[in-house]
Amino acid sequence: MQKEIDMLDVLKIREDFPILKREVNGKPLVYFDNAATSQTPQVVIDAIVDYYSNYNANIHRGVHTLSQEATDAYEIARKKVQEHFNAKLTHEIILTSGTTHSINIIATGFTNLLSKGDEIIVSALEHHSNIVPWQMLCERSGAILKVIPMNQEGELVMDVYDQLLSDKTKLVFTNHISNALGTINPIEEIIEKAHAVGAAVLIDGAQSCPHIKPDVQSLDVDFYVASAHKLCGPTGVGMLYGKEEWLNKIPPYQGGGEMIEQVTFEKTTYAGLPHKFEAGTPNICGGIAFGAALDYMNTIGFDAIATYENQLLEYGTQKLLEIDGLKIYGTSKNKTSVISFNLENIHPYDVGTIVDKLGIAVRTGHHCAQPIMDFYKIPGTIRASFSFYNTKEEIDALVEAVKKAKMMLS
Amino acid sequence: MTIQEIQEEIVDEFGMFDDWMQRYEYMIELGKSLPLIEEKYKTEDNIIKGCQSKVWVHADMKDDKVEFTADSDAIITKGIIAILIRVFSGQHPAEIIKADTGFIDEIGLKEHLSPTRANGLVSMVKQLKLYAIAYQTQLN
Repeated sequence: MQKEIDMLDVLKIREDFPILKREVNGKPLVYFDNAATSQTPQVVIDAIVDYYSNYNANIHRGVHTLSQEATDAYEIARKKVQEHFNAKLTHEIILTSGTTHSINIIATGFTNLLSKGDEIIVSALEHHSNIVPWQMLCERSGAILKVIPMNQEGELVMDVYDQLLSDKTKLVFTNHISNALGTINPIEEIIEKAHAVGAAVLIDGAQSCPHIKPDVQSLDVDFYVASAHKLCGPTGVGMLYGKEEWLNKIPPYQGGGEMIEQVTFEKTTYAGLPHKFEAGTPNICGGIAFGAALDYMNTIGFDAIATYENQLLEYGTQKLLEIDGLKIYGTSKNKTSVISFNLENIHPYDVGTIVDKLGIAVRTGHHCAQPIMDFYKIPGTIRASFSFYNTKEEIDALVEAVKKAKMMLS
Repeated sequence: MTIQEIQEEIVDEFGMFDDWMQRYEYMIELGKSLPLIEEKYKTEDNIIKGCQSKVWVHADMKDDKVEFTADSDAIITKGIIAILIRVFSGQHPAEIIKADTGFIDEIGLKEHLSPTRANGLVSMVKQLKLYAIAYQTQLN
C-alpha cells in the first residue's frame, strides 16, 4: 500500500490538468467541486480533439473509412467500459447521456413489469435524479414507493430496510455513495437482501465511480449506472450496465434510427443489445473520450486514488473541525472524500460567495437532495469534495477562506 | 432624491473601497439597515424564486409611492436586496418601471447580475418592478 501512495505523485498528476493552472478572482484556483464534475486531463482533451480533427463520422452504418474508424473507436470505448466495470458481456453496457438518462431507461422500462400494489424501495440519501423517475414510475404503474430512512450520521437504517422488504418488493434502488454527504452505502447487503425476496436492484454509481472500481459481477447487481464527467471524462455521456436477461425483458426507451432491425409501416423489429437502447446518433466523441478517461484513471490506479483521497478526507475533516461553530453533516465511518458542513448561524450561500472570491470552488445549496436537508432541518450545506489531484495545501487555503468568511459574516 | 441620484450616491459610497472584501463588508452593513418585512408577510407566496437563499419582499403604496420591505436568511443577499430597496422604495411606480440598474455593475457586484447566477439578483429586480407595474395599473 505504501508503494501506491508514493506512486501517486500529486504534483506530477496536477500537470495533467491544464485547468488547474488558472486563476479565479486573482487567486490560484482551488477546485473542490469534484462531486459535481471532475476536471479533464490533457489525454482526454486530446482524444476529443483527435476525434474531431481526424475521424469525425457517423457510426454503425457508413462503409467509408472514417465511419469505420469512428465505429471501431466507439466500440473499443464500450469494451473499455465493460472491462472497467467487469461486466460479463460487452452488450450489457449501454452508452447513455449520463446517469439520469440511464435511470430513466430502467424506470420507464419497468412500467409494464409492475402491477398495482407492487412496492419499490428507495433510500433517503438519494439525489433527485434517483427519486423523481421512480415517483413517475409509481404514478404510471400504481406501485408504492417506500423509503429506507437515514440516521444522524447520514447512514441508512438497515433494520428498517429488512422490515420494508417483502414478496411485494419488485425493485430497490440506492446510490452507492451519497452525493450530499459522501456516505458509502452497504450495497452488497442491500443487493443480497433484495435478491432474497426476488427484487431487482439498481445502484446509482455517479458518486462512487470517481473513487471506487465497482465489479458488477461480484456485486451481482442487476443495474449499475454512472456518468463519465465525474471520472475525468466529458459531460453528456454515461453508462448503464444491465444483466442481459433484464435488458432483454425491458422495452426500448426511445424509438429512432440505430435501434431497429427492420422497419416497415406495418411492423418494426428492434435491434439486439446494446443498440435497442441507443436510438439516434450517440455522443460518439463523448463515448470515445469516456474510454480515454477510464484508461487515465486506471493508469493512476483506484487503490492509490482511494488511499490518497482518504488522507485528504482525514486531514480536511480535522482542519475544518478546528473552526469554532463548524458542523459536519455526514459523519459515517464509511465515507468518501466529501465534507458537507455549515457554520453556526451563517447561511451556506454566504460562505460559498466569500470563498469563491478567494478562488475556491465549493458547492453550496441542497445538492439536489432536498430530503436530506429536510432531515437535518437546514437550507443546505457547503460541500467540499476532494479528488486525487487536490492537495493538503489547497485544504489549508479552504480552511483560511472559511475562517475569513466566518469573520466577515458573524 | 430621484432613483438616479440615489444610484449615484451608492456608486460614490462603494467607490471609496479598494477591494472586494471592503465592498462586501459594506454591503453586509447595508443589509442591517434593510426595512424589514412584517412577519405576517413572510409567506411562501412572497418568496422570490431563483435564489439559493430565501428572499421575501412585500410592497405597499403610500401617496402614490411604492414602499418595499424585505428580508433574507442569507446576509449577503440581505445586503443586495437592501441596496435595491434603497434605490426603489419611496419612488413613483412609473419611475421604478423605467429605472436602469446598470449601477450594480459599477459597484463591483457585476457577477451577481448574470441571469444564470443562483443568487437571483435579476429575479429580485424583476419582482420589484412587477410590484411597480401592478401599482401603476391601479393608478391608471
